Amino acid sequence: MRVLAAVSGGVDSAVAAARAVDAGHDVTAVHLALSLNPKSFRSGARGCCTLEDARDARRAADVLGIPFYVWDLAERFAADVVEDFVAEYAAGRTPNPCLRCNERIKFAAVLDRARALGFDAVCTGHYARLVDGEVDTGTGRELHRAVDPGKDQSYVLGVLTADQLAGAMFPLGDTTKAQVRDEAAARGLAVAEKPDSHDICFIADGDTAGFLRTAIGDAPGDIVDTDGVVVGAHEGAFAFTVGQRRGLRIDRPAADGRPRYVLDISPVSRTVTVGAQSELAVHSVLGIRPRWCGPAPVGAFSCGAQLRAHGEELPAVAELVVAGEGEGDDGGELVVALAAPAYGIAPGQAVVLYDGTRVVGSATISGCR
Amino acid sequence: MINARGPRIDDLMAYLDHAATTPLLPEALAAITAELGLVGNPSSLHAAGRRARRVVEESRELVAESFGARPSEIVFTGGGTEADNLAVKGLYWARNAERGGLAVRRRRIIASPVEHHAVLDPLRWLVEHEGAVVDWLPVDRFGRVDPADVEALLAQDPDSVAFITVMWANNEVGTIQPIREIATAGRGYGVPVHSDAVQAAGQLPVDFAASGLDAMTVTGHKIGGPLGIGTLVLRRGTELTPLLHGGGQESDVRSGTLDTPALAGFAAAARAVVRDRSERAQQMSSLRDALVAAVQEAVPDAQLNGDPDPAGRLPGNSHFSFPGCEGDSLLLLLDARGIECSTGSACSSGVAQPSHVLLAMGAEPDAARGSLRFSVGHTSTAADVAAVAGAIGPVVERARGARLAAAKRA
Repeated sequence: MRVLAAVSGGVDSAVAAARAVDAGHDVTAVHLALSLNPKSFRSGARGCCTLEDARDARRAADVLGIPFYVWDLAERFAADVVEDFVAEYAAGRTPNPCLRCNERIKFAAVLDRARALGFDAVCTGHYARLVDGEVDTGTGRELHRAVDPGKDQSYVLGVLTADQLAGAMFPLGDTTKAQVRDEAAARGLAVAEKPDSHDICFIADGDTAGFLRTAIGDAPGDIVDTDGVVVGAHEGAFAFTVGQRRGLRIDRPAADGRPRYVLDISPVSRTVTVGAQSELAVHSVLGIRPRWCGPAPVGAFSCGAQLRAHGEELPAVAELVVAGEGEGDDGGELVVALAAPAYGIAPGQAVVLYDGTRVVGSATISGCR
Repeated sequence: MINARGPRIDDLMAYLDHAATTPLLPEALAAITAELGLVGNPSSLHAAGRRARRVVEESRELVAESFGARPSEIVFTGGGTEADNLAVKGLYWARNAERGGLAVRRRRIIASPVEHHAVLDPLRWLVEHEGAVVDWLPVDRFGRVDPADVEALLAQDPDSVAFITVMWANNEVGTIQPIREIATAGRGYGVPVHSDAVQAAGQLPVDFAASGLDAMTVTGHKIGGPLGIGTLVLRRGTELTPLLHGGGQESDVRSGTLDTPALAGFAAAARAVVRDRSERAQQMSSLRDALVAAVQEAVPDAQLNGDPDPAGRLPGNSHFSFPGCEGDSLLLLLDARGIECSTGSACSSGVAQPSHVLLAMGAEPDAARGSLRFSVGHTSTAADVAAVAGAIGPVVERARGARLAAAKRA
């Protein structure tokens, strides 16, 4: 196969590309330039789009003896990921930009261009497994959790359609991170010891609230309890996430003396509602924009539901309550009833449904009960 | 580890990027390897030093003779970028130096907008840090400067102009500038004129004395010599402030121990390339013409950028815009077929930017992004042209498809 390996400059994508080469594929490396102003990004090794990362990516390609190119997707990334991120927060939701990047950039803009240029697949360093399975997914390929539960990234890939998965290659899903580092060292890849990237790549200093304040502007409002009594003030509702406990800066203690959590965010009235942890309990979630790794299911079905990145999987029963005509915006609405309550579930995050280790599909959380 | 897929370039690949760097000439290789095993710092007074010194001075004489200069006018540098920086900053500083307690202010620099980044970026640095003001010369649709515009800008206030810099021939589209006329204009007002002749040297008759220039840049690796060596040819009496201070080599203009093997290689290449220039230029331009014809036949809407008249263009240069394509898609697809070319000048970050040369020539940013340079040189053959002829049609078609696919979901 002709494979386009997306190399970030980190250890995972370098080893993934190396494995694609070993498997006998004709591999070309591409580094995605996602920042409109790369120098403004963090200079350390934590981000994914610094000039230093581009150099590390190029060096890895040199060691593997494969061609290396930089694709400038900064404008697409700004429009599809960064602006979406800001708009979602402004609307009181909590988006996951990595998931959006996979959906719109890596397995859309990059995969489309790669296919048009004659490549068969885009290879990344995500920890997930693609297996030829028995379930009728239309393409015969199933997306499964990685064997390393600490690194599993099937959640941020759960938004991909069967067609997108058919053009994906994840060579690291059957390996632990520790093995990948050892392998990188054995292969002479200089990035073997590079720290893991985390946080949000386009927020240089990790200060998400500061980034949002700059992007959205101050929008002061009240912090109220569940009875509507004003208990504090804030400078912008976007700085809060449902389930958040720290940084509320409420002077008066709660009547029961227990800590208070963010229960709800209403950007229009600029109100942040707080209350006891027990009031955060969510028994079912409503999902919109469903995506299925195969045909849309009919009727209620048992599954496991994961409600945030690195969150635990809960037993659930899911059902399409509003029938859709396909996927995404036309896909109808989904209700996922949880067998046990979940806490701190934020609208805007994804609910990803599993059957064992297999990803069945996903939806964007639009409401909780 | 050496790339296992990397056989000698000229065995399997169609190397059509001679404007980026061209293979060593056999004469240069022999001269370098003969020197590499010997010891001697040319500044040392003992026998080993004297031997190295002799090589350096013989090399200086050869380079001077090859490009119409006197040996004392040759300042060796670590390449073209250093020579350009030395000229731009050195002339600016010298022309703004205090003399006899009098502060002379000559803030204006007259420059073409199609210069290489090795000239553009030091100009911008002088603007940002030293209060310089650049008067950008207009260029026509081929990227050519009109000497009358130089004259007009000079006439406005000649005493305020530090220097003039216009390249001899453009690295992207190959357009040759009227250097002698520009130099004459500067001379008339006593304003020094620099020209980056990196691309012109070896391809065109480059005679420093006859040109009337005050400073001129030449680099080794574009003429079949080694990388990392070049010269700023500096007319006798031209004042220049050094960039590098130290041991006082090169008449105190450029300190640093001289690289004897590289100098020997540079000189050998200069002699060979000038000796064979006329014959080689003819070979190159006939290959280039065949390449242009082949591309235009395979892709009828491909647009040749730069001067279509061979008299106004470097013999090795061809440069096209392919409507509806991204230059980096074309590059990737051609590379995969063993054809090595360029989107223009190399960029450290690797992110494709629309060429400032094409933009200055009036091209739309979109056309500027979908451009490729094929440059032939002394190792090019008809087989290289045939490889392009066979590949370019399908490659352009595929690149157009990729652009449409990318636009589809946007």
